[in-house]
Amino acid sequence: MHEVDTDWRRVSPKYVVVEVVGSLIGMVVFVGAALVVYFLFDWQWGLWAAIAIGVASLIGIALEPRRVRSIQYRLREDDLLFRRGIMFQRQVAVPYGRMQLVDITRGPVARALGLADLKFVTAAAATAVTVPGIPMEEADRLRDELVALAETRRAGL
Amino acid sequence: MSAPARPAPVTNLADGEWHRLHPASPLLRGGLVFIAVLGFIIANLRERVVDFFLVVFAPESRDDLDARYGSWQDEWANDPVGAIVTNGLVGWALLGLVVLIIAVIVGFWLSWRMHTFRVTHEAVEVRSGILFRSHRSARLDRIQGINVNRPLFARLFGTAKLEVSVAGQSANVQLSYLGSALADGLRADVLRLASGARAEKAATQAAAANTAVPLAAPLTAPAGPLAGPPTTPAAPPTAPAAAPAAPLTARAGELVTHRVDEFLAPELDPALAPPESVVHLPLSRVIGSTLLGGSTIWAIVLVAIIVAGVSSGQPWVLFSFVPAAIGLVSYMWSRITKSLRYSIAGTPDGVRIGHGLLSTGNQTIPPGRIHAIEANQWVFWRPFGWWSLRINVAGHSVSASNEAAQRTLVLPVGTAADVHRVLGLLLPDAAAEVDALVAPGLTGRGDGGGYSSTPRRAAWLRPFSWRRIGWAATAGIALIRRGALVRSLTLVPLARMQSVAVSVGPVDRALDLAGIRLHTVAGPVSAVLPVVDRSEAMRLFDRLAEDAVERAASDTTHHWGAQTIAEPGPAAAGSGVPRSDVAAEPPASEAQRPFPSTSSGNGSAR
Repeated sequence: MHEVDTDWRRVSPKYVVVEVVGSLIGMVVFVGAALVVYFLFDWQWGLWAAIAIGVASLIGIALEPRRVRSIQYRLREDDLLFRRGIMFQRQVAVPYGRMQLVDITRGPVARALGLADLKFVTAAAATAVTVPGIPMEEADRLRDELVALAETRRAGL
Repeated sequence: MSAPARPAPVTNLADGEWHRLHPASPLLRGGLVFIAVLGFIIANLRERVVDFFLVVFAPESRDDLDARYGSWQDEWANDPVGAIVTNGLVGWALLGLVVLIIAVIVGFWLSWRMHTFRVTHEAVEVRSGILFRSHRSARLDRIQGINVNRPLFARLFGTAKLEVSVAGQSANVQLSYLGSALADGLRADVLRLASGARAEKAATQAAAANTAVPLAAPLTAPAGPLAGPPTTPAAPPTAPAAAPAAPLTARAGELVTHRVDEFLAPELDPALAPPESVVHLPLSRVIGSTLLGGSTIWAIVLVAIIVAGVSSGQPWVLFSFVPAAIGLVSYMWSRITKSLRYSIAGTPDGVRIGHGLLSTGNQTIPPGRIHAIEANQWVFWRPFGWWSLRINVAGHSVSASNEAAQRTLVLPVGTAADVHRVLGLLLPDAAAEVDALVAPGLTGRGDGGGYSSTPRRAAWLRPFSWRRIGWAATAGIALIRRGALVRSLTLVPLARMQSVAVSVGPVDRALDLAGIRLHTVAGPVSAVLPVVDRSEAMRLFDRLAEDAVERAASDTTHHWGAQTIAEPGPAAAGSGVPRSDVAAEPPASEAQRPFPSTSSGNGSAR
């Protein structure tokens, strides 16, 4: 019914593009706002803020490939492991039987690249496990597989 | 109104037929407000109403009135009553009033007629609404708790509100109001059905049920009246079940004595629960703990701000802080009154907690519905050795409303010995193992007592509490000890843990530390182990993840009463292998649906 493997899987490398586009948009908006302040009101700090935001964003974008590489998940026999982060690392284990629903969401950029986000919801809001950047057909397959797994392992609340 | 007091033909509400609520329900639910509004209007318009009737019965005074209110004539906005009188519309106004009252009464009656409920072997169902009908059903095996509340007014009528809580936001099924004794009986029946829904099924499927005669006998009993007409009062088998209610309802002749008896009766019917509460809460401790509680600090701060604001001539302070002060005082007051006559006792169908002096309430939490427990000791309570216990339960609202806060508070204030006893009730399966770890968990620090210790370098992150921070695990329960100013001990049954996370921030990494968080359903308790040695954290993470799966697979508490029958089955279940009884029968998968109430299945897949 399902294959269970024990390797860490990485999300698609194309997901870097999604993150970079998001960061660029954020950068443009904030740098633009700071520059507007600088040119319209002639406040000196606006320029410095723009430079600081720009540099920080560029560093963030430069680190983006590493951050995306750090996003990994692993389907173990009874639970799903998920980890991400370079500076702030987080690793979560979600038993299949605890999954209440599996959600697929796609943003505009991710859709253009054929990627999707897979979100796992348990009865605890703090679980907050979202595996981003999975190829669309893979995401569909994974969802069906996990729902089937959850059904057989279902164990109350 | 006296219907339930008469020896009601229905003594068993859980017979699978549709029943109505207490006839006084609409009055209790909304009628009191209506009467209050009416009284308010009448009190305010008293003079005008007197004038109003003066015109009717003494027409010659009309000229006099005209002189008095002449300038107001036709000014409906200023004086509707005067306008009615001067325009000679008294008859119409009276007619309108009568029609309004009749409409309200008919509305009440209709809403009572249309509000029906039934308890089957599968679910508790409620139908209500006149124009917009709603039909809500809560599956029995998903019941998270049953509360019976008796607000003061309802108690005067000898009625009670029964609330069946299931997981999900505001997904509770409310039966307000029922006859007081009937509510207690219904709760017992619902719990019995819920505990044995599966046991009963198993009994009918396999003839091997003989082994469980003492359990199966009362379980199968309600099946009799289910098939027959609802009016058959009490089929012989149900008689023992209804026994507690019978002596009360039999003496229905003296309504008043009955009411008084009911009013003075102990909150927990002795016939339905062991009469002795395991915790005795003296009044002095209730008041003392409230005065020494954290809210008192806030009260003092608020009063100081208000006094300072008023004395320095800043009236806006009054408007912004007085409401907060009032809220705080009412919170403290409700805490005191709710702690009065507090009792907690174990029953076969779960822990029952009762409280309240004028408005009383008691809740029953079936076994296996508690997702996390936390014992707390605020620094001012330390000299007295007082602790409070809170729990996380699915289905209680997350909002910090008073009522929800009260429901998650299982022990308002108690000694360490009380904590031991209550934990024994809340975690019956692991009571012995946990008990040994409670004392070092409450007050201990450093190594020993079964707790792991935190390395000294954790003092960089937790300078005060690092000695306290530690964890232990036994018999499927994870215990987390932490806090110096507010000592706390958190217990999480791994069978109900939703997921577990380990996190390492930059500072953590520099110190080779990590933090662990156990995710449970929302509630006042959050199970966090803030700092722990990093390699130990990874080991703990693996262990928790593994244990959680194993414990969840072998957990049978959603049908707690069925354990004795189903014992041979799940015993063989290895890790991850679904229990045979779950997978075998088709309704089981339905029974496992996460949120059983009305929601039309945003189920497991989208």
